[in-house]
Amino acid sequence: MISKDNVLEVRNLQTSFSTDKGEVRAVDGVSFDVPKGKTIGIVGESGSGKSITSLSILRLLAENGKIKGGEIRYKGEDLTKVSEKRMRELRGNEISMIFQEPMTSLNPVYTVGQQISEALISHQGMNKKQAMVRSVELLKLVGIPSPEKRVKAYPFELSGGMRQRVMIAMSLACDPEILIADEPTTALDVTIQAQILELIKDLQERLGMSVIFITHDLGVVAETCDYVAVMYAGQVVEYSDIRTLFKQPKHPYSIGLLNSLPRHDIDQEKLMPIKGNVPSPHEMPTGCRFAPRCPAATDLCRAKMPELMTDDSGNQIRCWIYSDEWPGEKEVNVYGETRIAKG
Amino acid sequence: MTKYIIRRLLQTIPVLIGVTILVFSLMHLVPGDAAKIIAGEGASDQTVENIRERLGLNDPLYVQYGTFVGNAVQGDLGSSIRSGRPVMDEIGARFWVTFELAFYSTIVAVFLGLIAGIISAVRHYTLTDVTVMIIALFGLSMPNFWFGLLLIQWFAIGNWMPESLEFLKMRPSGWGDDWRQVVLPVLTLGTGGAAIIARMTRSSMLEVIGQDYIRTARAKGLTERIVVYRHALKNALIPVVTVVGLEFGGFLGGAVLTETIFAINGMGRLTIDAIRTRDFPMVQGTVLVISVLFVVVNLLVDVSYRYLNKRIDLN
Amino acid sequence: MSEETVNHPVTAKKVNPQLESFKQFWRRLAKNRAALIGGIMILFFVIMAFLGPWIISTFTDWEPNKTSVANKLQGPSAEHWFGTDSFGRDIFTRIVFGMKLTLYVGFLSVFVGGIVGVILGIVSGYYGGKVDTIIMRLMDVLLAFPGILLALAIVAVLGGSLTNVIIAVGIFSVPAFARIVRGSTLSVKKLEYIDAVRALGASDFRIIFKHILPNVMSPIIVQASLRIATAILTGAGLAFLGLGAQPPAPEWGAMLNEGRQYMYEAGHVALFPGLMIVVVVLAFNIFGDGVRDALDPKMKK
Repeated sequence: MISKDNVLEVRNLQTSFSTDKGEVRAVDGVSFDVPKGKTIGIVGESGSGKSITSLSILRLLAENGKIKGGEIRYKGEDLTKVSEKRMRELRGNEISMIFQEPMTSLNPVYTVGQQISEALISHQGMNKKQAMVRSVELLKLVGIPSPEKRVKAYPFELSGGMRQRVMIAMSLACDPEILIADEPTTALDVTIQAQILELIKDLQERLGMSVIFITHDLGVVAETCDYVAVMYAGQVVEYSDIRTLFKQPKHPYSIGLLNSLPRHDIDQEKLMPIKGNVPSPHEMPTGCRFAPRCPAATDLCRAKMPELMTDDSGNQIRCWIYSDEWPGEKEVNVYGETRIAKG
Repeated sequence: MTKYIIRRLLQTIPVLIGVTILVFSLMHLVPGDAAKIIAGEGASDQTVENIRERLGLNDPLYVQYGTFVGNAVQGDLGSSIRSGRPVMDEIGARFWVTFELAFYSTIVAVFLGLIAGIISAVRHYTLTDVTVMIIALFGLSMPNFWFGLLLIQWFAIGNWMPESLEFLKMRPSGWGDDWRQVVLPVLTLGTGGAAIIARMTRSSMLEVIGQDYIRTARAKGLTERIVVYRHALKNALIPVVTVVGLEFGGFLGGAVLTETIFAINGMGRLTIDAIRTRDFPMVQGTVLVISVLFVVVNLLVDVSYRYLNKRIDLN
Repeated sequence: MSEETVNHPVTAKKVNPQLESFKQFWRRLAKNRAALIGGIMILFFVIMAFLGPWIISTFTDWEPNKTSVANKLQGPSAEHWFGTDSFGRDIFTRIVFGMKLTLYVGFLSVFVGGIVGVILGIVSGYYGGKVDTIIMRLMDVLLAFPGILLALAIVAVLGGSLTNVIIAVGIFSVPAFARIVRGSTLSVKKLEYIDAVRALGASDFRIIFKHILPNVMSPIIVQASLRIATAILTGAGLAFLGLGAQPPAPEWGAMLNEGRQYMYEAGHVALFPGLMIVVVVLAFNIFGDGVRDALDPKMKK
């Protein structure tokens, strides 16, 4: 990796859910690093396993979900193995999370102040009074006007944008090392979205924490992230720094994704959607999971799943094109762009 | 809120009018001549005519209804045919007995029901949950008068708490001096309600535990205990409040059976005795008092539910 | 499952988006263990009610009302499975003969109350306005009498008999049906396809019977099952108070009342009729719970 100073390293994470129709592997081979003080984006369509990945890190999966394999190393500790008690010490304290739905993510029967205070009381041993004072500071930090008054408000008295600010304040209460933001702007109005993004970016710089940004929106990634992991059907297919991904995406899925995005910086003939559908978790292809939709797929792609390979610059890619075993042409055309195969 | 209370109060008026019409009609829906039935077989025409006159049965219906409501509002529900005493006096002497029976039973039902429901929800889909829910299903399916008899039998055979079997000594104007005399009737009446509250609490808790804000609470690193008891329970209890109110009302009606088994001199037994002796003014009186009380309780429950739910409702 | 059916686009033909075929309904019901167990129990009781008395009369010389003072208040034995009562009558025989009475009260009262309630509910929900207000206020009035009190008042007027108990318990069941059906009718009425059907010129009568009624059927089934349980308990309660079926009818509530006097020396006289009430009521409760879970898309995992 470019930076050796990683706070979090996820290696080959596998998470399954038991359902009526049998076991579903929602996350199957996810690896990425979170360098200290940087923002990493996890991008993918809905159902690609990006939210499950984030919930796996905090071990907040629904009851039928289980981490089946892999490692989540936080400062040397493997979070898949530590006790539930240790996990509770970390949650909301060193690693905290904000969720997609600000409307339903706050408890309706407690005031904003009470809900922010809780983390302070349980992790930092503050008493109620101290915690309230700190809550007001936090509300001020996230840009809520007249925080002394709002601290006594119930969630129903606040707008969606305000609630998301409260969620952010809550997650920052204990100065976390890592903030996981799971689609924090999806449920908000466009104008509010920009404000919240700006707030997270600003806070990240001021507080020097690492941020894991889960989103389906490449535009958001371009604005906020230093590194990106692109997920497809439960796997990371490409992991690279932001410049590389936008300048020279490697994986056909990443290329397709960027092509389907309206861009201002280059001339586009037209937007090109990726043909086909995400495979159902019950019927995963045996080979590369993108092979059924990939314009460059070969028999090898359909038969055998490629490993996640690291290239010279430290970026990672899960595609046969960049392996020695690539059976096809040297110059591969993917969605109108040419990529040079290895070997 | 005030607006809501006023609207709710106004809604109660047609219901109360309906209740009085229905109760008033009781006497007139009797197949045949109510006066003759009251007088009993072989009564002379003069006696029947006297009764008819006394009950005002010769007046036009609307006059009778007007008199009935007018008197009822002033606390006059007529006189008992059997004892000749004012119905209101007879009820007054027994009212608190039934009220207390229903009240204590509600407390027992809420207490047992909440504990069982919470345990079941916290340990859902485990053996404990299944066991508790099967017991609750039995509680729901049991005729409480039968359960009462079983309790008497068990306590008598086991010679447990002999005082609890001395319910006959209870004073007509209130409970006996010994709390143990209350145990069996209250258990009898409260068990079925406990089953309903347990089921309600469980499903309400399970629904709440699946909410986003519970995940938020967990993400804060709170202990499971705090998550369940501070974050889930408070939300889960809001819908249970409605059931508690209904339970209390149901107990007022259900007291009829319990009071019969335990020979308690409450309004329930008064009603049954009145029905058996065809003492219609008395039947009208007790039915009216119990249902008006029930309407009032429901009103209070609705208002408190609205108050508790305010924060969620306005989303 | 329902999601698939709900997501179907509304085609020009009068396709009801929420209605699933009976086959699908049964398949889901059969998958629900509670519904299955409850259903089998109910079926067993119905068969017992019809065949039981015939079997007993044909193959034994027991009769429900044959007294034998010499044999009174005997405990359970090989000869008298459930013992004998204070008149020396065989309790088992009486229970088998009484099954029919219990089911009568349960089914008939809920049938009567259900029909009236469903009609009122549909009319109320479909037409709305003043009709709705009047009907619903009327239901509020009926609901203002807590628990057994309404049935009690009705029996007080009509006099104690099995028929009157059925009428009383039936009236007692009306509001529950009316409220639930009204709610479902309102939500079905909002569906687009009802507008489409109306645009095609269907009469109100036809819309109600062909389109609304099938849609509100599942809540009705659930409600009916749970109401039958309540009806049986209420009927037994009235009989226990001496206001229902009159002696010597082998009505379980009445038998319990008789047995009450011998609580201490012969507990079995009250034990078995009570136990039977529990088991039958349990069956309807289990069935109702199961059907509700099977039909409730929220319960889907």
